[in-house]
Amino acid sequence: MSKKSTTTRRSFLVGSAAVAGGVAFGIYAIARPAANPLLEGLAEDEAAITPFVKVASGGITLIVPRADSGQGIMSMQAHLIAEELDVDPQKVKLDPGQPHAAYVNTLIAANGLPFHPLDDGIVPKTVREMMATVARLSGAQFTGGSSSVADLQEKLRYAGAVARETLKLAASSQTGVPVKQLKTEDGSVVLPDGTSIPYTNLATQAARMDPVTDVKLRPPAEWRRLGKPFLRTDIVPKSTGTQTYGIDVTLPDMLFATVRANPGRGGGLGPYDASVAKTMRGVKGIVEVNDGLAVIADNTWRAFQAAEALEVDWPAPDYPATSAEMWKVLEAAHVSENRDSRLRDDGDVDQVMSEADIFAAEYRVPYLAHAPLEPLNATVLVTNQDVAIWTATQVPVSIKDAAVEITGVAGDAVTVHALPAGGSFGRRLDHDYVIQAIEIAKRFPGRPIKTIWSREEDFTHDFPRPLHLCRARGSVADGKVVAFDLDTISPSLGDSWFSRVFVVPPGPDTFLVWGAYDQPYEIPNYRVSGYKAPKLVPIGSWRSPGACSNAFFHESFLSELINVAGADQLEERLRLTKDPISRGVLEAIAEMSNWSGTDIGPGRGRGVAFCHSHHVPVAEVIDVTLTENGIRIDEVWIAADCGLVFDPVNAEAQLTGAAVWGLGHAMNCELTYENYAPVQTNFHAFEGMRLHQTPRFHTSLLEKSEKICGLGEPATAPAAPALANAIFAATGIRMREMPFNKHVDFA
Amino acid sequence: MSVNEEETISLIVDGASFEVSLEAEMPLLWVLRDELGILGPKYGCGIAQCGACTVLIDGDAVRSCQVAAGDVWGPVTTIAALGLDGADHPLQTAWIKHQVAQCGYCQSGQILQAAALLEKDTSPTDSAIDAAMSSNLCRCGTYPRIRAAIHDAARSLRES
Repeated sequence: MSKKSTTTRRSFLVGSAAVAGGVAFGIYAIARPAANPLLEGLAEDEAAITPFVKVASGGITLIVPRADSGQGIMSMQAHLIAEELDVDPQKVKLDPGQPHAAYVNTLIAANGLPFHPLDDGIVPKTVREMMATVARLSGAQFTGGSSSVADLQEKLRYAGAVARETLKLAASSQTGVPVKQLKTEDGSVVLPDGTSIPYTNLATQAARMDPVTDVKLRPPAEWRRLGKPFLRTDIVPKSTGTQTYGIDVTLPDMLFATVRANPGRGGGLGPYDASVAKTMRGVKGIVEVNDGLAVIADNTWRAFQAAEALEVDWPAPDYPATSAEMWKVLEAAHVSENRDSRLRDDGDVDQVMSEADIFAAEYRVPYLAHAPLEPLNATVLVTNQDVAIWTATQVPVSIKDAAVEITGVAGDAVTVHALPAGGSFGRRLDHDYVIQAIEIAKRFPGRPIKTIWSREEDFTHDFPRPLHLCRARGSVADGKVVAFDLDTISPSLGDSWFSRVFVVPPGPDTFLVWGAYDQPYEIPNYRVSGYKAPKLVPIGSWRSPGACSNAFFHESFLSELINVAGADQLEERLRLTKDPISRGVLEAIAEMSNWSGTDIGPGRGRGVAFCHSHHVPVAEVIDVTLTENGIRIDEVWIAADCGLVFDPVNAEAQLTGAAVWGLGHAMNCELTYENYAPVQTNFHAFEGMRLHQTPRFHTSLLEKSEKICGLGEPATAPAAPALANAIFAATGIRMREMPFNKHVDFA
Repeated sequence: MSVNEEETISLIVDGASFEVSLEAEMPLLWVLRDELGILGPKYGCGIAQCGACTVLIDGDAVRSCQVAAGDVWGPVTTIAALGLDGADHPLQTAWIKHQVAQCGYCQSGQILQAAALLEKDTSPTDSAIDAAMSSNLCRCGTYPRIRAAIHDAARSLRES
């Protein structure tokens, strides 16, 4: 490839960033996007038309950089490119690519800003755009926050269109037929006489051309794939046992390792005796790693056995030993000097409540584990020159940086082979397990080592959802909610997680109040305050962080106030809501569930909850029945508006899966700490939801919103409060603490 | 500790015969995965609480993490050999049609558990499915589609 064409291709990318919503502040160095990483080392017959499309004589590769943890984003990315490129996503190669600035997530940083999501005024808009620049400068290549579809949908369709038009130009220059007379179909350019030229035959020609960047995206009415049911690209391998996960990576001469770290996180390694473990069959070595020991063996089970045989005197970490002590820390933290934010402060709550009867309630949610079904693992090969890492991750750039720091190789000598994850739910937004795997492999240069955590290690060393306390007060008048004052108290998730994988951003920790301050209700006197408790156990981002706890607080308390007012749960929510998109969702859930109040007959009850999370308003109605074995959830209705839906089949799966996640953990799960570590160390004590508790689901996506958003998380938040409200309707027992099975039985 | 007691163990897995020399108490799961490179059965919990490691032994769905290699009492079938004459098993066809999988990590175990159910009950009710499948955990919450796919596969098996 000539130098000139490289330069031109790079300048094309400015256009690509503009399409992606990247803002130009007139500072060229910042607005200028990254170069195309695919241009390095291309052969004569390979064309990297954009950072997302590579056409070679041997086949077509689409780069799909966001990590798939089951939410279907790999397939989604492929379909977005394919829509414009006219290829069959099932017939092309999908490659997650390498960590690179071309693949930064320009939206995720903006999502944490302390502005109301419905506020599109000049200040929030400008700061959101600034955060895109920050993301680009810092190389934030996260998968998370349900942001992938919103961030990528235009970029990827544009990449597909640029590649298609460039291939048409290549075909035109090869055949002499004007571009206007060319069509594209199923991976080929089609001439007016019906002759098809496969894209792969045009690779050499396309590699010599400047990309055609003046392209128009197809309007939704002309979509060939998007918006209609299609098969996710990973469904067949995942239904036939042929999908390769990180844990399945097999390399010649590979050894197996496991880690036994201090159950008190961060306590460090104490005096230990490895004499028995060392002599056990298959053990190849025992090495010290960050916070613990690793056993390297010729078989995973042998490594597990030897790890159990290690005797270690673990030093205590710097947090209290028990959940009871940690709750006391939260209670004591509810004082004005700990107030971190008051992002909602409408009317005059204090004034109104000084003249009215005050209704008050306190709510609690416990620590919760992520426990993805595939235990955390990474396979690493360290040599003198380079490092190769095979793992599932949401933070590939952090992994690359860690490899550089630990081994001292240059950044371009680190290869990250990103694999589909057997679940994550936010766990793989941390890379502690990969850091350990690199530390271990560094001790065995030239030898690939697969490090796998036992399930017990996974539970003990999660970065759990934080425990979270809420104190709420409110008042009603004339059958209406008139004052609502919610204080939410928790250690800072932002401080804990960001310090491990990024930098702690300035300003308030919006995780503390997400799902509470940012709701569309227009209660006349309405206040939400976040209180930052001292740091305790290191904590992490758990499917719909912040909102998964705060929606339970907010929607439970709102329901309690509506009951005190004697109003209808849905009518009062509608009365308090002006935003037309949110109203549409509430009206839809009323119609779907044939709403006529929470009383649906003896021994039964119905609850509703609503939450605007990750820019998606979601309403859920739940029916329960009291049976002789306990409460049974019969039906769940979900209405949401995420804008245009690209993949209706998977969208439905994400809505129901997120609700199952929210319900199962609210009903059945907690991590309690004794002696600095969780008592629950495997699925016998932390089940989530199982099939026999799973209700029937009915879903609806309205597609009225102009914001196209992801659905991995939003349906989690309203699930727990909708269930709590249904249980109250059926039993008169108010769930103010998770897990609910501490207070009621479930069938 | 009996970690060094070694035996020669004969196994039939997916129709192929293997002889391995290892500790008789090594769980079948790890013999399959780390010694034989058969990766369909997944490690999820190690204590028979999740079902990701499910295989069929003599047609029964069992947790391979809890079966010692020395105790395997019959031929082992993993997801790789579930299909009939090279084609997908009707359960796999139904799993694909309903797009059950999300992360997919549990699904080999789910499908094998369902296969054992359909061997005994060709028209399972929802409650029979609940009873048979509740020990297989799916963290992604694909349960509604698992139910639908089992009903669908049962129908095609009855009609075939």
